[in-house]
Amino acid sequence: MTALRGFITKEVRHILRDRQTLALILLLPLVLVILFGFAIRTDIRSIRVAFVDPGPSAASLSLENRFQGTPSFHAVATVASTRALGPLFRRSAIDQAVVFPADFARGLGRGAGRVQILTDATDPNIGSMMTAYAEAVIQGWTAGRLASGTASPGVLASVRTAPAIAPETRLRFNPTLASEDLFVPGLIALVLTIVSAVMTSITLTREKERGTMETLLVSPLRPWQILVGKVAPYLVLGFVNLVTALAAARLIFGVPLRGSVPLLLAEGLLFILVCTGLGVFISTRTDSQRAAMLASLAGLLLPTTVLSGMIFPISSMPPWLRPITYVIPARWFITIARGILLKGVGMDVLWPDTLVLALMAALLLGASARLFKVRLA
Amino acid sequence: MTAAGSGEWIRSGRGGRAGSREGARRWLRTVGFLVRKEFLQIFRDRVMLFEMIAIPIIQLLLLSSAATFEVRDSRVHVVDESRTAESRALIRRIGASRHFTVVSSDPSMEGAERGLATGRASVIVRIPRRFSDRLAAGRPAPVQLVLDAVDGATAGVVRSYLGAIAESVGAELTADTRRTPGAGGGTLAARGGADGSPVAAASTSRPSLTIRSRGLFNPTLDYKDFIVPGILVLLVTLIGTLITSMNIAREKEIGTLEQLNVTPLRKSEFVAGKLVPFWIIALAELSVGLVIAKLVFALPMRGNLLLLFGAAGLYMVVALGVGLWISTAVETQQQAMFLTFFVMMLYVFMSGFMTPIESMPGWARALTQLNPVRHFLFIMRGILLKGAGVADLWRPLAVLAVMGVTVLGLALRQYSKTTE
Repeated sequence: MTALRGFITKEVRHILRDRQTLALILLLPLVLVILFGFAIRTDIRSIRVAFVDPGPSAASLSLENRFQGTPSFHAVATVASTRALGPLFRRSAIDQAVVFPADFARGLGRGAGRVQILTDATDPNIGSMMTAYAEAVIQGWTAGRLASGTASPGVLASVRTAPAIAPETRLRFNPTLASEDLFVPGLIALVLTIVSAVMTSITLTREKERGTMETLLVSPLRPWQILVGKVAPYLVLGFVNLVTALAAARLIFGVPLRGSVPLLLAEGLLFILVCTGLGVFISTRTDSQRAAMLASLAGLLLPTTVLSGMIFPISSMPPWLRPITYVIPARWFITIARGILLKGVGMDVLWPDTLVLALMAALLLGASARLFKVRLA
Repeated sequence: MTAAGSGEWIRSGRGGRAGSREGARRWLRTVGFLVRKEFLQIFRDRVMLFEMIAIPIIQLLLLSSAATFEVRDSRVHVVDESRTAESRALIRRIGASRHFTVVSSDPSMEGAERGLATGRASVIVRIPRRFSDRLAAGRPAPVQLVLDAVDGATAGVVRSYLGAIAESVGAELTADTRRTPGAGGGTLAARGGADGSPVAAASTSRPSLTIRSRGLFNPTLDYKDFIVPGILVLLVTLIGTLITSMNIAREKEIGTLEQLNVTPLRKSEFVAGKLVPFWIIALAELSVGLVIAKLVFALPMRGNLLLLFGAAGLYMVVALGVGLWISTAVETQQQAMFLTFFVMMLYVFMSGFMTPIESMPGWARALTQLNPVRHFLFIMRGILLKGAGVADLWRPLAVLAVMGVTVLGLALRQYSKTTE
């Protein structure tokens, strides 16, 4: 055991000596969480709209004013023909166009008004949201005319004042639909995955690259002791990262913490163990730092972002793809973290996810220990 | 900063017209040797080679299908307190929608709330006891929707889908009651009658203001069309930046950089020799990726592909230049890797790849202007999805050109042939 203690002391000295890298390890995750916590939004703030109004009338101008009075809409152009829209859309100068026919006012008077909404649907999600926004504005305008008596009897009859079934909505766990509450736990999971996996895979492959691994192997240290000694200090660093990131989430973003703090920290530690285990596993399969980094950064960054449910809901994915998300450690930790932070649930609900993480840790570390031994021979 | 031992080369390079042509030829020859050396090194490391090829292809295939916000099979827990033909009609319609699956109809609200907390259900639809009576009386019949709003965007979509279903079921049910004689009269019939005018009665089925909405460039609202170009660009960028950023750092670590430094190699030759091999690899990867995107995901290609590759060539100089700059600035591969990680995170989250730039706060939006991926993705989507041409895209192209010159200049300045 003294050998192990000595080895860990050596590792810690190594880490503490390289101040630059240490500062990077400790600050980088925090900076990333704060930066993207502010930047990632999925709500729509501004829609740049153009009007095509070949025969301006009081009615069409009133509807245009209605758009301009709505905070999400910014009118950027009024053109006379739809022909002018092509370049505007292609340059992405506008997101949406509201097209009035030349006889808009007359049609409206007869109770047969027409208006067309053209939306840039390059991003389908945003596209359909923008369409819904514009439709709501037009419907609101029609209802407003109705109330003020400027509408013809034709309009009056067709606008239903109340729907037959009136859904009333309650939003649980995130009633203000705050993007931070959703993304910050995911960001923490993503950043921890990569930093932990990268750090451990590099520290082991560097020993290989420099030839010092052989020195370690002929020392009285047993293979598992080498692994433990390598992983332990990074486990501590990862935990520090977790705590600072959670503090930032709480203090800067006001992410609620409805569940148990000790449970969250324990789950976080388990998750970091899985990620460092992943790093060790990668290092047993690669010989150079380059190959290890390619695997741990290029191999993990996008899959963790896309498949963990951090941004894209897993329930939206095609059924054949969903089982693949099971191998992403962050998927389980994100469920756990959102559960504890936002829903306030405990182990009675989260035990399956915890079990999966525990199995992953056992599997990764077990496989690494085996593969590591093989290299000894 | 001075290039030790290269004075003679510089002089010959700056000679007369014949001398400069001779210099250029020599420059190209030297760079050619360096490129060959890099290629030999790349193809020797089988693990690296495998990673460079396999990672982008596998990820492009897998992630492209995963990245969607479309709501499908959202799990609905129904609490039916009404238990009438009308409430069952509503439940049937929700279950029949491809967006929803009814997972449970446990009649207790506590059970339903628990389902929401555990994640077994993502929305509760509660139909109260008075639902049918209110409907029959021609008054708005309440239905309560309780949503798991942890994912606010999805919750919003679920809410609007359920609202649309409720509206159409409501219309049908009231139409039924109107047709049924003596059923007390539906809402629409009552109002139509009150108005009295025949025109108005006829127009109930034809609203006075028809809104026609059309999504341009992606009329089927296929998320893949939007996401595939982004995933492709990011994968190629990730591999390219990582490899270049670690390249010189590795030579520093192994000590071979000093060997290169004492050769009469010029700085520009060195940088070109480091850039060209990875530029070729990155463009090859991008081409393979585009072929896969076309064959597997039927990605539309509406614009000029020549322009696309021209822009890609320009963009790759910027992306790899950033990698090279990182590599010259750091001492170890570990530091290179951390900086690359930071840059890649910026690339992923501040490029408009998944989340819209327009939704970001002002300072973040300004920051995205410095992001080459943002500009190239804008060009890619413009050419592929919108069929945009040079006239539409000259601004991002110019930005990329300026970035390329700046980054290469920085890398050249940063790289010093002398060590302290």
